[in-house]
Amino acid sequence: MSANDVVIGISDLSTRFGDTWIHRHVNLDIGRGEMVALVGGSGSGKTTLLRQMIGLLAPTQGSIRLFGEPLYGGGVERERGLRRRFGVLFQQGALFSSFSVYDNIAFPLRELRTLDEELIHDLVMLKLNLVELLPRHALLMPAELSGGMVKRVALARALALEPELLLLDEPTAGLDPDRSDNFVRLIRVLGKELGLTVVLITHDLDTLTALASRVAVLGDQRILAFASLDEVIHIDHPFIRNFFLSERSRRPLNSN
Amino acid sequence: MTVPSIKILTGADGGRKVLLAGRWTLNMLTPLLDSLRPALAEQANAGEVTWNCLDIEALDSAGAILLWRAWQRRLPGLLLARPEQLRIFEHLEDTDRRPPAHAVPHSPFEAAITIGGGALRFWRSLVDFITLIGQLLLVALHLLRHPRDMPWREISATLFKSGVLAMPVTALVGFLIGIVLSYLSSLQLKQFGADIYIVNILGLGIIRELGPVLVAVLVAGRSGSAMTAQLGVMRVTEEIEALATMGVSHSLRLVFPKVLALGVVMPLLVLWATAIALIGGMVSAQAQLDISYGFFFDTLPKAVPVVNVLIGLSKGLVFGILVALIACHFGLRVRPNTESLSANTTTSVVTSITIVILVDAVFAIVTRQMGMPE
Repeated sequence: MSANDVVIGISDLSTRFGDTWIHRHVNLDIGRGEMVALVGGSGSGKTTLLRQMIGLLAPTQGSIRLFGEPLYGGGVERERGLRRRFGVLFQQGALFSSFSVYDNIAFPLRELRTLDEELIHDLVMLKLNLVELLPRHALLMPAELSGGMVKRVALARALALEPELLLLDEPTAGLDPDRSDNFVRLIRVLGKELGLTVVLITHDLDTLTALASRVAVLGDQRILAFASLDEVIHIDHPFIRNFFLSERSRRPLNSN
Repeated sequence: MTVPSIKILTGADGGRKVLLAGRWTLNMLTPLLDSLRPALAEQANAGEVTWNCLDIEALDSAGAILLWRAWQRRLPGLLLARPEQLRIFEHLEDTDRRPPAHAVPHSPFEAAITIGGGALRFWRSLVDFITLIGQLLLVALHLLRHPRDMPWREISATLFKSGVLAMPVTALVGFLIGIVLSYLSSLQLKQFGADIYIVNILGLGIIRELGPVLVAVLVAGRSGSAMTAQLGVMRVTEEIEALATMGVSHSLRLVFPKVLALGVVMPLLVLWATAIALIGGMVSAQAQLDISYGFFFDTLPKAVPVVNVLIGLSKGLVFGILVALIACHFGLRVRPNTESLSANTTTSVVTSITIVILVDAVFAIVTRQMGMPE
């Protein structure tokens, strides 16, 4: 993988909260076009790592580079430009509750301050279509949406600025299996069509097997494994055994 | 990164070709929108042309929409494009085909609807408020029969948060108001040589009127807003519903302790703030009019009958209960969005202060025969 193709480069990252070390010397390079699932037990620092990737938390030591550029420094304009190159889907959707669905998706576009309302309208309607929502849904408020619709609108908003990188925190948590399957299919199709690099955190093996081209396992404060699913399940480690090879988890793996 | 560009070629057969190249993405397009749009429109209106998109390095939906609009929302007759580019245009075609959402049409009776809706909302709010009071009465009856259910812990928490923690700010404000009132009055009294009446003015004004109202306004802003926000967030995060499923009544556990505790603590705060305000006035009177502390203390009970203290304290009790009731009422009305939370918190504080002043006027009328010095 050439340096140009590394979308997220994490080198020698350590994180400490109070007296507890969450990560020690974590190294991880995610290449363009990959769909990487970040898995790990509760408290293994998955969400922390994701928040560090998007610059919401600064690591105690080490550095993270997005698209080969450092996350911080270089002035407000550069940081803003960098932040516009990725989209984030938060676990609860994080829709602005005082905006309608339309305004939620239009918000990042309006923030560019160069697009006219007609172009924004076309873009919003296209994104709504992409996430398989109807035009009449655009007028609803977030409080009136079901859980699955909230996720879809949040995905549409994350995609509004045509990001190259999409980060998903528990994309299918709180959805019923049917909706969860639909949503996973949607992400896979969109990821392929738009050529996205996708990083997702998930506990759900169905989601993992359906989406991830590679799996990064977090545990013991480091990356235990970073490889394709087939290789990861053959690694002998208590967490990996429990996570992938328990009775409950065999079904999705076998059916794949 | 190559900028998006348009090149026009005229072929040997006279047919014109529009050659598009570069990165047609949102990032690259935004600075060039104003020049690209007319250029595209010009080509699209120029009759038969071949559109060649094969040299476009990257086309995202923003770029596609730009072309789509230049083409008057349909694919041009002559188009060279890669399959993945065509797929975006298909999406656009599909989006256009879907029926547009219709906003609710404006009614000719808009004004009547607004007024009627407002009146209905006010009526509903009033009914809810009365219901809340009814629920509290039922809770009180229940507690008389089952004293073990008394929410002591919540009551003491509210006593501490709304009472003890409010002492510094009420003292500071009281002291300063006392000084200001005393200073301004003494300037006038000096002109008439009526210096000793400063004790009457301060005593009556602060004990009967200023102390209770001042504390009520401070507590409404301090604790009332906190109560509304707390209940509101609990509503947003479904904590109130969770309480209900465990068989715990929110009026018993959340509303009742607040109302009771504020009813208890407000008279005490009134007493505290009144005392400090009188001390402030006394200090200022000594400095301005040379009235000694001893004289002030001696004259105060004669100038201000003790019933005024009782009026002040009972005002404190009523204001405390009202502020807590209003705060809880609006807190429980919060709907699960941020807008509603902020609107209800504002309304709660404004309503509390307005009602306090209204009730203060009622007090003034009802007690007009009482507590004046002979």
